[in-house]
Amino acid sequence: MSELGPMILNVKGLHKSFEDKDVLKGIDLELYRGQIVALIGSSGSGKSTLLRCVNLLEEISDGQIFLNDEDISEPTINQDEVRRQIGLVFQAYNLFAHLSIEENITLALRHVKGLSTAEAKAKALALLDRIGLADKADEYPDKLSGGQQQRTAIMRAVALEPTLLLLDEVTSALDPELVGEVLELIRDLKAGGTSILMATHELTFARDVADWVVFLDGGVIIEEGPAKEFFGNPQNPRTIEFLQRLRRRAGDA
Amino acid sequence: MSNTKARQGQPSEIELNRRAFRKSRKQKSTLVAVLSTIGFAIVAWLSLVNTPGWDRVQQSFFDYDTAVKALPHVLDGLLLNLRVLFFSAIGVLVFGLALALLRTLRAPIFTPIRLLVRGYVDLFRGLPLIIVLYLVGFGIPGLRLEFLGRIPAEVLGTTALILTYSAYVAEVFRAGIEAVHPSQRLAARSLGLTYAQSMRLVVLPQAFRKVAPPLMNDFVSLQKDVGLISVLGAVDAVRGAQIEVAHFANFTPYVIAGLLFVLLAIPTVRLADYVTGRLAKREQAGGVL
Repeated sequence: MSELGPMILNVKGLHKSFEDKDVLKGIDLELYRGQIVALIGSSGSGKSTLLRCVNLLEEISDGQIFLNDEDISEPTINQDEVRRQIGLVFQAYNLFAHLSIEENITLALRHVKGLSTAEAKAKALALLDRIGLADKADEYPDKLSGGQQQRTAIMRAVALEPTLLLLDEVTSALDPELVGEVLELIRDLKAGGTSILMATHELTFARDVADWVVFLDGGVIIEEGPAKEFFGNPQNPRTIEFLQRLRRRAGDA
Repeated sequence: MSNTKARQGQPSEIELNRRAFRKSRKQKSTLVAVLSTIGFAIVAWLSLVNTPGWDRVQQSFFDYDTAVKALPHVLDGLLLNLRVLFFSAIGVLVFGLALALLRTLRAPIFTPIRLLVRGYVDLFRGLPLIIVLYLVGFGIPGLRLEFLGRIPAEVLGTTALILTYSAYVAEVFRAGIEAVHPSQRLAARSLGLTYAQSMRLVVLPQAFRKVAPPLMNDFVSLQKDVGLISVLGAVDAVRGAQIEVAHFANFTPYVIAGLLFVLLAIPTVRLADYVTGRLAKREQAGGVL
C-alpha cells in the first residue's frame, strides 16, 4: 500500500443494538481517501448494519463516527446534509421504479444539488455513456437486467460526487454472469479515486481491488489487514474457517 | 412486437396445417357463442312478455311516453349530479391524501394529529352516509349562522360526501404509501433527499399507481352516492325523477334516472378493469410497480 491520503471515515468504538440484541460490539474502522475497504463475513455478522449506521439510517447505540473529521454521530448534525456526502447502494430495489433510467439519475441532481434540468440531463447522459447505457436512458428499470440496474444505481450515487460510497453486497442478488460487469465498474471508480466501503462476498474481487479487508463475525472485527496479507496468510482460526467455507462453496458452483 | 414475429422464411407444411386447424376451431367456437346467446335472449324475452301481469309491469316501470316526457327534467338533474361529482372527487382526493400523509408522520410532536386522524377515519368509515348528510345538510343551516348566509343544498351535500369519502380514500392512500418497497425510501434518503422530498418525488408517485384500481372503485361508489343529495332537497336526477313520478303517477322516471346512473358508471368500471389488468400484467412481467 502506498502512502495514505487524508482520512475520510473514522469509526470509533461503534455499538449498535436492536432491542436487547447486540449487532455491533465495538467497531473501529479507518478509511483513507481513494481506498476501498472490504467488509466480509457471513450474513448476520453486522456488515449491513455497519453501513447503515455510517449513513445515519440507523441510530447508533454508542461510539463515534467521523466523516472528514466531523463527528456525524452527534444528534445535532443535519442528517440530510451528511447523507448528501455519502452514497449508498444496496442489494436490490435501488432504482426508482416509476422513473426512467435517466430520471433516476437526474432526480437528486436537480432536487438535492440544485442543477437545472438541462445540466442534470447532460450529466446523467455522460454517466450513462460511461457504463454503456446511454441508449437505455429512456427505459424504465424493469426493462433492464439486474446488472444494468445495479450499475445505474451506482452511477446515480456517484453522480452526486459523494465523499464516500457505501456498497452493501451490490452483487449478491445478481445472476452470476452479471456480477462481472458490476465489479468492473467498481474497479473503474477506484481508478478514478472514489473512496469506497463495501460489504461483499466476492473474495477474489476483494483480494484484487480492496486496499484493506475487515472480517466481521458476531458484531466484532475478528481480523483485518491489507488484502494481500489477509487472504495470503490469515491468522485467526475463525477467519481461516470462513475463507475455506466460502472457497469450497465457490468450488462447488 | 418483434418477439412475436414469425421466424424468417416460409412456415413449414405442418405449421400451416396447425394454423388452419386453429383458425377453423376458433370460428366454430365464435359461431356457437353467438347462436347460444341469441337463443337464450329469445327464450328469456318470450318468457318475460308471456308472464301473467307483464302488461302492468311494463306500464308502471317501462312506459315509453312517460320516459320521453320525463327525460329532459331528469337529465337537467343529472347535470347537477355531475357537478357535485366533480367537486366531491377533487375534494376527496385532496382531503383524503392530506389525512393519509398526516397519518404517516412519525415524529412524536405529531402524535396528537395522528390520533386525531385515526379517530376521524374510524368515525366516518362507521357512520352511515345518510346520517352525515342529515347532520350537515339540515344541521348546519339549523344553526342559523348569519355569516354563512344561505348555503345551497348541493354545496352541503358535496361537503357531506367529501367528509365521508375522504375517510375511505385516506385508508387507500395509506395502504399505497406503505406498499412502496422500503428500499425505495431508503434509496431516496441516502441520496440526500429530505423526508418531504422523498415522499413527494419517490413514494407518492409509486403509491398512486398502486392504488389506482381501488381508488377507481371508490369513484364508482361516489358516482351513484351523489344521488343521495336529493334527500336534502337539491333537484338532481333522483329528485327530478321523483317529481315526475308524482306528476305522472308512474315509476318509469326512476328507471330512467337509474339507467342514466348505470350508463355513467360503465366507462369508469371498464377503465378500472383496464387499469387493474395492466398493472397486474406489469407485475407478472417482473416490474417493481
